[in-house]
Amino acid sequence: MLQLILFNVFNGLIVGAFYALMALGLSLILNLSGVINFAHGGFLALGAYLAYSLMPFVGFWGALLLAPLATAALGLVVERLLIRPLYGRDPLYSLLLTFGLAYILEDAARFIWGAQSLPYPIPSWLTRPLSTQFFFLTGYRLFMVVLVALAVGALFFILSRTRLGMRIRAGTLDLETVSALGVNVRVLRNLNFGLGIYLAGLAGVLAAGMLGLQPTIGTSLIMPSFVAIIVGGLGSLPGTLLGGLLIGVASGLTTVFFPSASEAVIFAMMGLVLLVRPRGLLGEEGRLQ
Amino acid sequence: MSQLPQRAAVALLWVVLLTMPLWINAIGGYTELASRVVVMGLAAMALNFLLGYTGTLSFGHAAYFGLGAYGVGMTLKYLAPSTALGMLVGVAVGTLAAALIGALIVRRRGVYFAMVTIAFGQVFYFIAFRWNKVTGGDDGLTGWRRLPLDLGPLRLDIQASDAAFYYLALACFAVSVAAMALLLRSPFGRTLVAIRENERRARFLGIAVERHLWLSFVISCAFVSLAGTLYALLNNFTDPRALRWDMSGNFVIMTVLGGMRSFWGPLLGAAVFVVLQDYVSSHTENWMSVVGLIFVLVVLFFPRGLLGLLRRRSTT
Amino acid sequence: MTDTTIPPAAGRRTVLRAALAVGAANLAPPFILAARGEQPVLIGLANPLTGTYAAPGKNELAGCELAIAQINAKGGILGRPVELRVEDSTSGDAGTAVQKSRKLIERDHVDFLLGNINSALALAMAQVSNEKGVLHIVPGGHTDTITGAACHWNVFRVCKSTTMEANAAAQQLIEKAGKKWYYITPDYAFGHTLQAALEKAAAKLGGTKVGADLSPLGTTDFSSFLIKAQAANPDVIVFLTQGDDMVNALKQAVQFGLDKRLHLAGAQQELESLEGLPPEARIGAWVFEWYWKQPGVPHVAEFVEAIRKKTGKVPTARTWFGFVSTWTCALAAQAAKSLDAVKMAKALGGMKLPPEIGLVPDTAFYRTEDHQLIASVFVGNAQAGGADPEDLFNVARVARGIDVAGSVEEGGCKLVWPS
Repeated sequence: MLQLILFNVFNGLIVGAFYALMALGLSLILNLSGVINFAHGGFLALGAYLAYSLMPFVGFWGALLLAPLATAALGLVVERLLIRPLYGRDPLYSLLLTFGLAYILEDAARFIWGAQSLPYPIPSWLTRPLSTQFFFLTGYRLFMVVLVALAVGALFFILSRTRLGMRIRAGTLDLETVSALGVNVRVLRNLNFGLGIYLAGLAGVLAAGMLGLQPTIGTSLIMPSFVAIIVGGLGSLPGTLLGGLLIGVASGLTTVFFPSASEAVIFAMMGLVLLVRPRGLLGEEGRLQ
Repeated sequence: MSQLPQRAAVALLWVVLLTMPLWINAIGGYTELASRVVVMGLAAMALNFLLGYTGTLSFGHAAYFGLGAYGVGMTLKYLAPSTALGMLVGVAVGTLAAALIGALIVRRRGVYFAMVTIAFGQVFYFIAFRWNKVTGGDDGLTGWRRLPLDLGPLRLDIQASDAAFYYLALACFAVSVAAMALLLRSPFGRTLVAIRENERRARFLGIAVERHLWLSFVISCAFVSLAGTLYALLNNFTDPRALRWDMSGNFVIMTVLGGMRSFWGPLLGAAVFVVLQDYVSSHTENWMSVVGLIFVLVVLFFPRGLLGLLRRRSTT
Repeated sequence: MTDTTIPPAAGRRTVLRAALAVGAANLAPPFILAARGEQPVLIGLANPLTGTYAAPGKNELAGCELAIAQINAKGGILGRPVELRVEDSTSGDAGTAVQKSRKLIERDHVDFLLGNINSALALAMAQVSNEKGVLHIVPGGHTDTITGAACHWNVFRVCKSTTMEANAAAQQLIEKAGKKWYYITPDYAFGHTLQAALEKAAAKLGGTKVGADLSPLGTTDFSSFLIKAQAANPDVIVFLTQGDDMVNALKQAVQFGLDKRLHLAGAQQELESLEGLPPEARIGAWVFEWYWKQPGVPHVAEFVEAIRKKTGKVPTARTWFGFVSTWTCALAAQAAKSLDAVKMAKALGGMKLPPEIGLVPDTAFYRTEDHQLIASVFVGNAQAGGADPEDLFNVARVARGIDVAGSVEEGGCKLVWPS
C-alpha cells in the first residue's frame, strides 16, 4: 500500500508537471492582460496537430521545435486582431470571444484533420520505461518533465533577467505606470500573449505523445488549468506551478482510494482553497477582485 | 431616454411571445424550439439578476438549474404523479441549496466567487453521476414524463400538447420576470446596483453588503431552478450534464451575448444562442465555426451585447 | 511510419454536400415537395457529428447514406423515394438530442428515427419516439437498458448488448490471457454492465477478479490506474474503456511496458480506436461487433468496396450499424406493407436480415421479445497491420449471436404495446 501511494505521488508530480505547463500559459495571459483565455485548449490542440503535420518533413525534434513557434505566431495574430480591442472592457467579453474562438479552433481541427483519432509516433528509444520497478517512469514522461522544467526555467529566466520579462512583471502589478514610463504596452501584451500560447502549443506537442490526438484533446484540460491557477494563487506563477503539481498528485492519490472521484477531487480541492484561503497557496491578497 | 419606444418594444415582445405557436412553424421552426428559448431565457435572465445588477459572476448556476431538473424528475418518478408538486420540489431544493451554499461563499468576490461556484457545481455533478441507483447516473433519469396539470376546473394537457407546455413555460417566465422587475425597481434592487457601482461606499453607507449579495444569489438561483424544472419537463429527461460547468458557461454566454446591463438582453442572447445553434447545425456539420464566429463578431462590434447596441442607437 | 489516416476531402465534402442539400430541402415550404410528385419517405438521423463521438458518428452516417442510395436504386420504400434528414445531436447534450428528435418528428414529419451513439441520448430520444409513436432504430447506443429495463415497443437496437460481448470475450480471455483479471472500467452504465457481465462469464470459466477500478469518463491520464492494476499482479488488465479513453489507456499501458509483463486485453474494441493507436500499441485480445475482412462471406466485399469508394477507408462496425439501421427501416415497411409504426414494429419482431444486409456468416435477426439484433460477434486480437494497412484485427473465430446472447429475462425487458 505504501509503495502504491509513493508511486502515485511520484507519478502525480510527473502528470502535474504537464498540467502546470498548460496552466502557466493561461496564467501569464490572465495576469498581465486580465483575459480569461477559454481558447487555450484549442491552441494546445493546434500545437499537437501542427506537430503531426510537420513531422513527415522535419521529424520528431523539428516538429517539437517548430510547432509551438507556429502556434505562438498564430497567437500573436489573434491577440492583435481579436483580443486587443477588448482591453478596458469587462473581462466577460474576452471570455465570450475566446469561447467562440475555442469553438472555431475545435471545428477547424476537425475539418482539416478529421474527427478520427490520429496516431502520433514518438522515437522508440523514448517510449521504453527506464526501470521495471518504476515502470511508469518512461523515457517519454521523463523527457516531458525535463522539457517542462526547461520551459519553466526559461520562462522564469525571461521574467527575471530580461527587459521584456521585467516589463511583464511590472505590468502585472501596475500597467498604467508602466505605460506612463514609456513602455509600449500594446507590444508588451502582444508578446506576453504569444509567450502564453507558445506554452500551450508546447503542451500540445507533448500531449500528442501521451494521449490520443483528436479535435477535443484540449477541451478537457482547460478546467484543471484554471483550478491549478486558483489553488496556487492568482497572479503568482510559482503558485500556478505548485498548483499544477498538487492537482497531479491529488488526482493520482485519489485513484488509489476512490478512483471514480479522481476527476472530481480537483474541484473539491479548489472549493476548499477558495473557502479557507482564497488567495491561494502562494497568491497575494487582493488580486483581481 | 424616451419611455415610449421602450414600452412599445416590450409590448411587442409580449405579443411575439404570446402568439409564437401560431407563426413559429411557418418560418421553419417548431413549438419545442420556442419553449426552449423561453426556458433558457429565464435561466439567463435569472443569472443576470445576479450578474448584471450586483456585478457578481456565478459560473455554477447550472448546479441549481440541475437540482431543479432532478427535483421535478425524481418527484414524478418516485414520489407522486403531479407536475405541480414536482416543480415545487425542484424549486425548493434548488433554492435551499443556494441558500446554504450562498452563505458559505458570499464573502468571496470576482473570479474567486466564480470559481467557487464552479467547485460546488462540480460536486453536485459528481453526486448525480455516481449515485446512479437513484439518479440513473450517466444514463440520465428516464421513465417519467410531465403529466397534465390539474388546476381545479382547468386541465392543461402539457403532456400531449406542445403548445400547452409552451404556455406553461411562458406563464412561469412571465411571473418570474415580473417578480424580478419588481424587485429590481424596489429599494432592494437599487441597493444591489449601489453595491455593484461601488461596494466600499455602499458598505460605508451602512448597507449589509453580504446579506444583500446572499439574497440576490438566492433569488437568482430560485428562478434558475424554476428554469431547470421546466427544462426537465420539456425533455422528459434529465442527466448530470445539466449540472456541469459547461451548462453554466452557456448561461453566461447567453447573458453576455445579449447584454449584461439590460433587463431583457439575456432573453435576446438566449434566443440567438438557441435558434442559431438549432438552425445552423441543421445545415452544416461545421456549425461550431459559424456560431463561434458570430460570438467573436458580436464581441468585437457590439460593445455592450446585442441589446446594448440597439439601446444606444435608440438614444442618439 | 506514420499512418495516413487523414480522411480524403471527398468523404468530408460528400457529407457536407449531403447535409447542405438536406438543409436546403428543409427550407423549401411543403407545397414544393408535393409538386415533385412522390412524397419521399423520410428517415431522421440524430447522431453526434461534433465532439467526442464525431468519428464513430460520421462512420455511422456513411453507412446510412450508402443504404439510402441502395434503397433508392431498388425502388425506394413502398415505391417512394427515401431521404435522410441529418441532425447533429452533439456528443453529450441530451437537451439538444431531444430537441433535434422532436424537430425531426414534428417539423419534418420523419417516418423513422435513428440514433444515438451516446447511451443517455439514445434513452432520451427513445422516450420522444415512444411518446410520438415513431419507429426508432438505435444503431450504436450500447447501454443494456435500451433493450432491457427501458425497452419500448417502437425501439430496436443493432449494436450488441454488453452480455453478448462479455460472453464472447470471456472464453478468449481465459484461454489467451489467464485467470486473474484486473478491470479498468469506464464509470458509466455501459462500463458497469459490461464488467458485471464479464465477471459472471469469467466465474463460470474459473476466472477471478483481483481488482477493479472505475475511471471517470474522459480520463486523459491512466497512469495511476495502471500503477494500481500492476500492483495487484493480475494475468491480464481488462480494459473496458472505449473511444478516446481506450486510446489513452492502451497507449500509456504500452509506454509503461506493461504489455511485456502481463496481458492487455478487453471486450469491445473498435477500428476507430485501433486506428488512433501507434502500431506498437495495437495489441491484445478483443471482440469486434463487426469486421470488414470476412473472407468467403458473400456480399461483404462489395460493401467494403462501396464504402471504400465513398469515404476512402474501410467500413467499421459503426458503418455497418448505420447501414443495417437504415435498411431495417426499408425492410420493416416492406414487410408490413405500410408505414404504420405499430405494424412495422410487429413485422420486425423475429425478422431475419437478408445476407446482403446482415453481412455476417450467420443470419442476423431481431429478437421479438426485446428488439435486440442478434448477430455474430468477432473474436480475435489486434495487430499492427496485415497485408492491408487497415487490417488491424485478426479474427480468430466468429461466435454466433444466439450462442452469446443473454436471455430476455436477464435483460428485464417487458414490451408494452399500444392498445
